[in-house]
Amino acid sequence: MELLGYYNYWVFAIVLMVGFYAVIVRNNLIKKLLGLAIFQSAVFLMYITMDKVEGATAPIIQEGVTDQIYSNPLPQVLILTAIVVGVSTTALGLAMVVRIKEAYGSIEEDDIIAKDRKS
Amino acid sequence: MNPTEHLAALQVVVPFLAAPLIVLLKAKRLAWAATTLTSLLTFCIAIALTMGVLDGQNYQYFMGSWPAPYGIELKVDAFSAVVLLIITGASTSALIAGYHSLDKQIGAKRQPMFFAAWILALAGLAGIVVSADAFNIFVFMEISSLASYVLVAGGPDRRALPAVFKYLIFGTIGATFYLIGVGLIYMMTGTLNIEDMGVRIADVADQSPVLVAAGFITVGLALKAALFPLHIWLPNAYTFAPHIVTVFLAACATKVSLYVLFRFDFFVFQENLGGQQLHFTFFFLPLSVFAILIASAVALFERNLKRLLAWSSVAQIGYIVLGASLVSIAGLTASVLHVFNHAIAKGSLFLAVACLACHIKRLRLTDIAGCAKAMPWTMGAMVLAGLSLIGVPGTAGFISKWYLISAVLELGGATGVFLTAVIVLGSLMAVIYVWRIVEYAYFKPQGKKPAVSEAPFGILAITWIVAIGNLYFGINPELAVTLSESAASVLMGHNK
Repeated sequence: MELLGYYNYWVFAIVLMVGFYAVIVRNNLIKKLLGLAIFQSAVFLMYITMDKVEGATAPIIQEGVTDQIYSNPLPQVLILTAIVVGVSTTALGLAMVVRIKEAYGSIEEDDIIAKDRKS
Repeated sequence: MNPTEHLAALQVVVPFLAAPLIVLLKAKRLAWAATTLTSLLTFCIAIALTMGVLDGQNYQYFMGSWPAPYGIELKVDAFSAVVLLIITGASTSALIAGYHSLDKQIGAKRQPMFFAAWILALAGLAGIVVSADAFNIFVFMEISSLASYVLVAGGPDRRALPAVFKYLIFGTIGATFYLIGVGLIYMMTGTLNIEDMGVRIADVADQSPVLVAAGFITVGLALKAALFPLHIWLPNAYTFAPHIVTVFLAACATKVSLYVLFRFDFFVFQENLGGQQLHFTFFFLPLSVFAILIASAVALFERNLKRLLAWSSVAQIGYIVLGASLVSIAGLTASVLHVFNHAIAKGSLFLAVACLACHIKRLRLTDIAGCAKAMPWTMGAMVLAGLSLIGVPGTAGFISKWYLISAVLELGGATGVFLTAVIVLGSLMAVIYVWRIVEYAYFKPQGKKPAVSEAPFGILAITWIVAIGNLYFGINPELAVTLSESAASVLMGHNK
């Protein structure tokens, strides 16, 4: 069952593509941004998956314990940073949508393009 | 303790520390002065670093004194030095021009915030270049991108907003692709230091995650660098951004992504991955040819001055990538040289656009009809920079095109002739689109418009300084050529 062994990576790939699809296909700017957020979350999942070691614990060294396996803490630290980046991107994007709504009165991409053509 | 040791770190730390202080300054002129001073300081640091590199010094800096593969390493070599000079120089000259140009486009109250975003963008771009750590590059890339979205959105035209939105979506997808690639390589090698990756990846180079990573990183960075056909976010973002933001971004933003792309490809993937050299050439060579031909052709028919120049930028990215895709010392030298020379040419062109915009509201070609009579100095600088963009002998643009053509001819055979034809054809199209600007400005009668007059002295002075840079580096190319040659050998040195 080699394929099932990569269960987490399958989920990563599927979630990544779901997000990407939404970014490309959706016409509504908020939905596009949500797609982008899903797209980024998939990457977080990939990083978290790769630091998991079967039977391992948190990397805290205890006295007298020598045969313990530890998980790799670095990917979690990295992804913490990436989550912050993702949140700020989404926040900035939403702020842009608010301003687009104020300027155009719509957040549908087609409407915005049509209004630009007219002016 | 030798203070020059810390220059690599200071290049990033100085603007980062300045950013929150600039937010606190309420008066717009004070904020402007603080920003310009900080930018000038980073420019001086970049010059000091470049002089050190020319003397053969290698700047390596370990953050917190943690040794290289474990801690975060900053590194400045000849390639980084060239890009640092461009970033800080473009930022400084754009800011000086901003003294006159910015008031029309951004309200006094918003200016301190705008300048803080500017200095963050500068810090992020400089950070990408000095960092030798793949994940740090991602973080700096996002800092500079987020800040530049804010900068572009500052424009008064509402069309800036959808343009920024598109820029944000594409930029984030590109950066996330890069992040996926870095994750996959980390999974296989257990390191984030780019040079260490290059050593360790040799053992696992035939495994599929590494190949997938190479694909993700290459495409993600090509997207950020606006390589044809991934360029569609660029023309509108450049067109509707405030004029001095266009100067800054056009001179360096896409080039920094190219810098990361080359660094990754030449340090980590080339030679380690089977047939990577061939894949690299076959992927980038056709795209760069299309970029040169199609983007120049679009520029021929463009009616908005800024968008015309933006399309020309897409074409110039093509020349830069064409040089690198040959994977030879001569090709890379031409590539780095064109990064430098194009930054000067396009920087001075957009500075001249900012001069024009001091008195002309909209920037369609018909709007600038006959303006050369009233603004002889502005148009003079624009023509000079335009000649450099075309690659007329005696200007900087000629030097890099000359090197590019000799690199292409080194290939020999039909490919060499074909690529030379492409470069010549691209330059001919540049002659036509630059001529269109000249024709409108000099030979069309001025319509019924309010009288225009010459731009203020400050902005004109800086435009002319940069424009004369085109001449200077066209006549004395030694500095740029020496730097580019050692940058090329740094990149190829890891290839052996």
